[in-house]
Amino acid sequence: MSAEDKNINQGSLQMANAKPSTDEFIKGLWRDNPVFVQVLGMCPVLAVSNTALNALAMGLATTFVLLMSNILVSLLRNFIPKQVRIASYILIIATFVTITDYAIQAISVELHKSLGAFISLIVVNCLILSRAEAFASKNTLGKSIADALGMGLGFVFALFCLGAVREILGSGTFFDIALFPSGFQEWVVMILPAGGFFTLAIWLLIFNVFKERKQKDE
Amino acid sequence: MTDTSQTQVLERPKSTPMLKAMVGIGIACGLLIVMTYEGTLPRIERLKKEALEQAIFRVLPGTVTTKTFLLSDAQKLEETTSDEGTLVYAGYDGSGDLLGIAIEGSGQGYADIIRILYGYNPNTEKIIGFYVLESKETPGLGDKIEKDESFLENFVALDVSLNGDLSTIQNEVVPVKAGAKENPWEVDGITGATISSRAIANIMNESIQYWGPLIVQQKEEFTAD
Repeated sequence: MSAEDKNINQGSLQMANAKPSTDEFIKGLWRDNPVFVQVLGMCPVLAVSNTALNALAMGLATTFVLLMSNILVSLLRNFIPKQVRIASYILIIATFVTITDYAIQAISVELHKSLGAFISLIVVNCLILSRAEAFASKNTLGKSIADALGMGLGFVFALFCLGAVREILGSGTFFDIALFPSGFQEWVVMILPAGGFFTLAIWLLIFNVFKERKQKDE
Repeated sequence: MTDTSQTQVLERPKSTPMLKAMVGIGIACGLLIVMTYEGTLPRIERLKKEALEQAIFRVLPGTVTTKTFLLSDAQKLEETTSDEGTLVYAGYDGSGDLLGIAIEGSGQGYADIIRILYGYNPNTEKIIGFYVLESKETPGLGDKIEKDESFLENFVALDVSLNGDLSTIQNEVVPVKAGAKENPWEVDGITGATISSRAIANIMNESIQYWGPLIVQQKEEFTAD
């Protein structure tokens, strides 16, 4: 693991030694990125990454739910008996998803319309439940917050990578701003579900090539 | 998962702590949801109202003020301030002249129900504007019904004149292939969004057959102060 830590960069390694929670934060962003490395939560990744804005909003909504559920699960970890832990986690996650749903509606009806059913589906995003079960239920509040922020922002980053590519190629725009002269023929397939798979595959390829090279260098 | 399973018979877990945890979390979560709901409700309602108002301005170009009319059980149109029931929205220009009526229609699209709002001018008996309120049509294909310029041009002056005894429209609104429009009551489709663009024409056809006669017969209601 320490060999991989060097991959990130020397500076963050030193910080990681000094403060364990920095490491928890960094690992979600890069080394254990929830999409590109763990390949978790594929449903929203493929479905809501057709524009950069949708991807960003979905990522941030997931991050918020992840952060709040990690905080609560970590605080209640000695209070919840292990037999009912999964049920309790789901209850906590579902609550924050509902809150997020109302919040997004209050921010913009338009955005809520384009994210559609995928907001409520955050409840069953395995990324969130896995962080609650595998991390927050066994770690202190500080570490759990760092973990949630790292994983959440890693998720935002990955979704944004997909959303940006798909929007630029599929609609010829970036955040609704036209990028190409009017003659540009959009690759409609990129905003269709198939384009989601193509883009994800290409990003995974890039990530893996990158990782292998680094490992060879070691 | 636990080591007790290997060594001895599982001890029956105590139910009180479980009950406490589940009930406690349940109540806290319920409270949080209710608080958020109450907190965001006024803003959500205001945003929805604003969105509808903007849609009315779009389908009735030049509108300055709007009035809401309710269709009563006796098929009478009367002005109302409530937002319950079957409603249409009349738009007026700066000097108070009637520009048209915004009518909501809905029907099956390719993915799900499409809800639209369109503007109807009862004096010229034409549809003068169109806007999609809600649709889940495929992004990139079906959602062209919201953006495609040549499709939207269909609804700048779509002929829906009534017949002689004002009982129904003279020519049904018919969807045709992209570029095949010849008559003013035909709707040019979109290549790549055939089903969605047809759905719009059909929704409009059905809706205007119902509303057209109703509105024209009670046209004075909208101009009376």
